[in-house]
Amino acid sequence: MARIELTVDGAKVSDDVEPRMLLVQYLREKLGKTGTVIGCDTSNCGACTVHLDGRSVKSCNVLAVQANGHEVTTIEGLANGDELHQVQESFRECHGLQCGFCTPGMIMQAVDLLNENPSPTEAEVREGMEGNLCRCTGYHNIVKSVLHAAGGAK
Amino acid sequence: MTATAEKPDLEIGRDRRRKEDQRLITGRTRWTDNLALPGMLHLAMVRSPHAHAKIVSIDTEAAKQAPNVVAVFTGADLGANQGACINAWAITPDQVTPPHVPMPSDRVAFAGETVAVVVARSAAEARDAAELVDVEYEELPAALDLKESAADTVLAHPDLGTNKSAYWVFDSAEAGTGGSADEAIEKARGDGIVIEREYRQQRLIPAFMEPRSTVVDPTGEQITVWSATQIPHILRFAIAATTGVPESKIRVIAPDVGGGFGGKLQQTPEEMITFAVARMLGKPVKYTETRSESLMTAHHGRDQWQKLTLSAEKDGTVTGLKVELTADLGAYIAIVGGGVPVLGAFMFNAIYKFPAYHFACQTVLTNKTWTDAYRGAGRPEATYAIERLMDELAIEVGVDPLEIREKNWIKHEEFPFTTVAGLEYDSGNYEAATAKARAAFGYDELRAEQQQRRDSKDRIQLGIGISTFTEMCGLAPSRVLGSLSYGAGGWEHASVRMLATGKVEVVTGASAHGQGHETAFSQIVADRLGVAFEDIEVLHGDTQIAHKGMDTYGSRSLVVGGEALVKAADKVIEKAKPIAAHLLEASVDDIEFSAGRFSVRGTDQGLAMAEIAMATFLAHNLPDGIEPSLDSEATYDPVNFNYPHGTHLCAMEVDTETGGVLMRKYVCVDDIGNIINPMIVEGQVHGGLAQGIAQALWEEAVYDDSGTLVSGSFVDYLLPTAADTISFEVDHTTTASTTNTLGTKGVGEAGTIASTPAVVNAVVDAVRQFGVNDIQMPCTPERVWRAIHANDGDAATEGAAAPHFTEETGMQGQTDRTDGAGE
Repeated sequence: MARIELTVDGAKVSDDVEPRMLLVQYLREKLGKTGTVIGCDTSNCGACTVHLDGRSVKSCNVLAVQANGHEVTTIEGLANGDELHQVQESFRECHGLQCGFCTPGMIMQAVDLLNENPSPTEAEVREGMEGNLCRCTGYHNIVKSVLHAAGGAK
Repeated sequence: MTATAEKPDLEIGRDRRRKEDQRLITGRTRWTDNLALPGMLHLAMVRSPHAHAKIVSIDTEAAKQAPNVVAVFTGADLGANQGACINAWAITPDQVTPPHVPMPSDRVAFAGETVAVVVARSAAEARDAAELVDVEYEELPAALDLKESAADTVLAHPDLGTNKSAYWVFDSAEAGTGGSADEAIEKARGDGIVIEREYRQQRLIPAFMEPRSTVVDPTGEQITVWSATQIPHILRFAIAATTGVPESKIRVIAPDVGGGFGGKLQQTPEEMITFAVARMLGKPVKYTETRSESLMTAHHGRDQWQKLTLSAEKDGTVTGLKVELTADLGAYIAIVGGGVPVLGAFMFNAIYKFPAYHFACQTVLTNKTWTDAYRGAGRPEATYAIERLMDELAIEVGVDPLEIREKNWIKHEEFPFTTVAGLEYDSGNYEAATAKARAAFGYDELRAEQQQRRDSKDRIQLGIGISTFTEMCGLAPSRVLGSLSYGAGGWEHASVRMLATGKVEVVTGASAHGQGHETAFSQIVADRLGVAFEDIEVLHGDTQIAHKGMDTYGSRSLVVGGEALVKAADKVIEKAKPIAAHLLEASVDDIEFSAGRFSVRGTDQGLAMAEIAMATFLAHNLPDGIEPSLDSEATYDPVNFNYPHGTHLCAMEVDTETGGVLMRKYVCVDDIGNIINPMIVEGQVHGGLAQGIAQALWEEAVYDDSGTLVSGSFVDYLLPTAADTISFEVDHTTTASTTNTLGTKGVGEAGTIASTPAVVNAVVDAVRQFGVNDIQMPCTPERVWRAIHANDGDAATEGAAAPHFTEETGMQGQTDRTDGAGE
């Protein structure tokens, strides 16, 4: 067991974890942060995307011990109280989700993409979201949501 | 007393943002795997690496000694507790159906089948211990290739003596719905056109994003089963029917479910094993699959060979169609299993006026993952075949492929139209949809550009693909299902509860998993009862709340479930009228209901629905003999299918040097009748298109020659990404369906059914000048390149540059080999 201390969605947490425990398992099983989900075993789908010190990571690809001393933001910590993040609002406004399983990862990735490039073209959005799989939307409305969020932020 | 309700704007037709979204975009979701119960134990499955083998022995001792392992069970340990996986549709009386024990103890019939289950205090400990279970197998020859299996070369189940499960035939001459296809073809061989083709429907994997998960809590009087399923009601029936646990002692809940596309329309071995373990241990247990387990064992879709013969007169008027299918069932016949090709049997004639039609399908058992419904289920296969053939016919006749379609399709003034397959199409207007699509696409300009690129021998060639599809959806009239020997009805149930506070609970037997029922059904009820959209709560997916239902698949929820809702809401109004009359001191005959208000004809006296609801709750002043309740329920059995249709146009660019393909434009104009929520409809179309396009270009479940699924992860099974796809142009024409009150038609499967042939037609069209008339799906750059170069005598590519999985490079690794591309 290894002792870790980190900040998750603004709260300081501290636990003993197995060194092999993935960050996504830590979030779900130890902290009950079930808004972040697991969709594959191979880091292809991006459903588990969270922010580590403000940058998007696939939390199935990070060990919990690697997050020691860092700051993690999940979909559950993105909104400011009742005030949704612009990207969350855009996904609802543009129907960027259907079953919603990929959505937490999509939103976290989109936030990172827009932090890096606040005014992306459609092609840049498609490239930037390539690491996140969705089976419901055909990506049409996800791309629209990200572009809408970019427009709204201007 | 005056009415307080203002006449609201109509909800139906509005782009309402979804009620579901708030919880989904904030992570306040209840996926099955999110559930944790006190004392809950975790399961890990031990799975066969072999496609076909005898189980010689299973040593579980080491696993049992592992840290925090509570129990390890084999099939023998579970015994009769595990029930059975049922096939609900024996398509012929003599269908050969292998028994399907969830965890076999003697023999495994596909790679991935479960042979033991480990129960531990954590999922990780269960997984660790599963590695310690020592299973000795004696490998048996495996039936893998579909055509070879159909010839009984190797038997998938030696005890059955054959792989041939059922042979199902429809013949229009015998059915009295048309002439003889054989005669039409013979005649055309003399003086007309005969087109003979064989197309491959590759094996696909539904690949819903949420892996399947099941939690079973056996504490309490009812055993509660949470499962990531499309079919909580059918699952409850199947568990009860095969385990002996009374149906009334089982509660099945489908909480938030992350996609299905048919893939969660199943009673799975994993659900049955989890149920059995929970009962045996008396503790809550959870099983959540990994992605590779999901791809390997959740049912697959498609997997057919289609032998097709079309006859026509010299001018292109179709005279007959003969369809001979071979369909791969996999190792077991799944719940709808062999019925999937039968669902396509009535659709090969599509929108065209064939006077003669013959359909025959041989279903075949193999040692591969079982197959069942995947978005469209039978109808994409049929649409692909006929839409590819219509392009070939246009080439033979020497006319534009749109022209050959128009020559043969049912004209709008000919509806209702009884087809050669015996279905009555109630409505449609193919001319209108095609004209609109053609204009939006810029058809003539793109044809001109195509010609210019051909003339200049441009490296990038342009192809235009057409698909003028229809489908039958809204499963299904129960008497039709009965005539097809299906093991259930096709009705749907709904109830409406009028709460004292003016809120309305709507209960549906449909079970959404991304479709937005909570929003669309609220819109329907809001208009019907004249209550606010926000005041309506739609409840579903729990057999204790929605006690009756037939669940969600086959584009049925709106057209069948929505109609049940309308009928239940109308009963509420009828029950409220005598109460309103009593309170308004008027005759019931003088009470009118409009926009949520009961009024006395010819006066300004009236009461709002919420006021009647409160008065009924109080029950202080009701007419004599009236029960103090407005709550109502209805069960609706559809009288007919309904028939959405549309025209899809696709432009594909093909790089003739690399074989790479690029989608340039996709336009579709669908007629799905009246639309409840245009935003949701558009989303359904987009998602459907992407799945159909993915079949055309990327996806294929591939087995090696020992029966191992080599596309068993998202690294190998190519789901499209945002970077692979484009934005689509979606539009509609509307002819209301005449088979339901709302005039709606199904939409969930339309995009998938229509798009696959549009894309392949476009790819073939781009390279037809090289002598190409077919490219097997998925149209990978390799297959496209080979098709282009099949006839040009170029030197073979050798060594490291040679394509994988080909005989000449000695890698005969692929069960259904790709040769024939371009032949």
